[in-house]
Amino acid sequence: MKVFVPSPLHRYTAGRSEVAGQGKSISAVLFDLDRQYPGIRFRMIDEQDAIRPHIKLFVNGERCETLDRALAPSDEVHIIAALSGG
Amino acid sequence: MAMAKGRAGTAKRAAGTAKRSVAPATGSTNKKSVGKSAKKAATKKAVARKAPARAATPARGTSARSARPASAPWRVQPPKGRPVLLVGTRKGAFLFYGDDARKSWKLDGPHFLGNLVQHLVLDPRDGKTILMAASAGHLGPTVFRSSDRGKSWKEAAQPPAFPKMPEGEKGRSVKKVFWLTPGHASQPGTWFAGTSPEGLFRTDDGGNTWSPVSGLNDHPMLATWIGEGGTPDGVFTHSILVDPRDANHMYLSFSTAGTFESFDGGGDWMPLNRGVATDFIPGPAPEYGQDPHCVVLAPSNSDRLYQQNHCGIYRLDRPGDRWVRIGDNMPRKIKDIGFPIVVHPRHADTAWVFPMDGSDVWPRTCIEGKPAAYRTQNGGKSWQRQDKGFPRANAWWTVKRQAMCGDWHEPFGLYFGTTQGELWMSRNEGESWAMIQSGLPEIWSVSFGYLR
Repeated sequence: MKVFVPSPLHRYTAGRSEVAGQGKSISAVLFDLDRQYPGIRFRMIDEQDAIRPHIKLFVNGERCETLDRALAPSDEVHIIAALSGG
Repeated sequence: MAMAKGRAGTAKRAAGTAKRSVAPATGSTNKKSVGKSAKKAATKKAVARKAPARAATPARGTSARSARPASAPWRVQPPKGRPVLLVGTRKGAFLFYGDDARKSWKLDGPHFLGNLVQHLVLDPRDGKTILMAASAGHLGPTVFRSSDRGKSWKEAAQPPAFPKMPEGEKGRSVKKVFWLTPGHASQPGTWFAGTSPEGLFRTDDGGNTWSPVSGLNDHPMLATWIGEGGTPDGVFTHSILVDPRDANHMYLSFSTAGTFESFDGGGDWMPLNRGVATDFIPGPAPEYGQDPHCVVLAPSNSDRLYQQNHCGIYRLDRPGDRWVRIGDNMPRKIKDIGFPIVVHPRHADTAWVFPMDGSDVWPRTCIEGKPAAYRTQNGGKSWQRQDKGFPRANAWWTVKRQAMCGDWHEPFGLYFGTTQGELWMSRNEGESWAMIQSGLPEIWSVSFGYLR
């Protein structure tokens, strides 16, 4: 499925903002991304499997707050980096 | 800030009082008070944390103390190589390559522009490996490594992280890698990292893979030492020190718990805070709950420690375990509050601080907007103001705890960075100061090394 990656993570994806991920859940897709782009998952998800405060995940435009959200191959995952201040 | 500190302090003090009976592990003078109840309490907590091995550690720590080397002299080998200043900022890392005379500095950077660089340190053992504790506004904390003097960087394959707790149990997550310390000279590739929240991590492969130091992170007393108050920014683990005489003898400090000592390479820890004030809470200072800002070991005498604390400047001469408030000898108008402290590499009685305003709501700026370092040459009995070259007024910046350091040259050179992005140096032991660079982002750390 398509996964859209924000610029703060482009150093892992060699500058690509759209990559392909595989898995039947958000969690599985993020592990798959980490396999392809080592280190990318820990920058988004902490060691207790919590989504980091400034990372937001959307599936087909809907906010996803848990990693066990099931996915179909046609789904689109958007990773959004949200930060305010200077 | 002061209010938050007060609330935190109350909780800490309560915990401190309850725990006094466990003090045995802290020093020989309290050995008689190693009560059954204290041991039972520690054991009970260890079981609750599913760390049964910890129950035996108090005895191990006590016996290890007796094996501590006496105050033996040793030779300090001054490092050689090309001077480099490593500057960590709120918006990236900068390297400054110096010449032998330390008169010109070539800026290299920014590296990792926009990243939050907490600490940047050159490995004195090989003169070419640099570790960087970093995160980004959006992203979690990590460590970047360079094994070619900063030319190229790789991320740690396994950055510092706490173990994943079973479902339903609350586990800790590293929010910041705050501090980096190269390990003992006899252990090339070993480094220690201090985190926020409280945690100690170790690598033995030059920073590529990091493991939690269970002896601290799972210590049955850790939660009690830290207390439940804390500050909104979290607890910082800092000033990790390794005794040059003995790789197993270590110190570290927490911003809400005080200074702690290990004699077995981090397997067990004991508070080391006697004599250190806690002005932010009522009553006598507890055994722990202090707020050290920066603790250093004199390079020429490993039995001499200095501490710049939230509540004063202190000196400790081992094997003694009571800190002496040498900040009482500072001018009354200046007082003895600040973040950094630096010791002369060859003269253990000579040290520098950079006082800040700790009055009222804690502005934490240069006092009256007039920057000055203060130097002692007699172990803190007296202090001299050193401000030649600094602005005479309207300098409202702060020097943070990791942002002041020294080199090994003769005469000794001092360096510091400010929260307003200015990098300063003195080539003559603080007699006069000159700015190396302005306009950098807010500086969080400045360290010195010799590239080889």
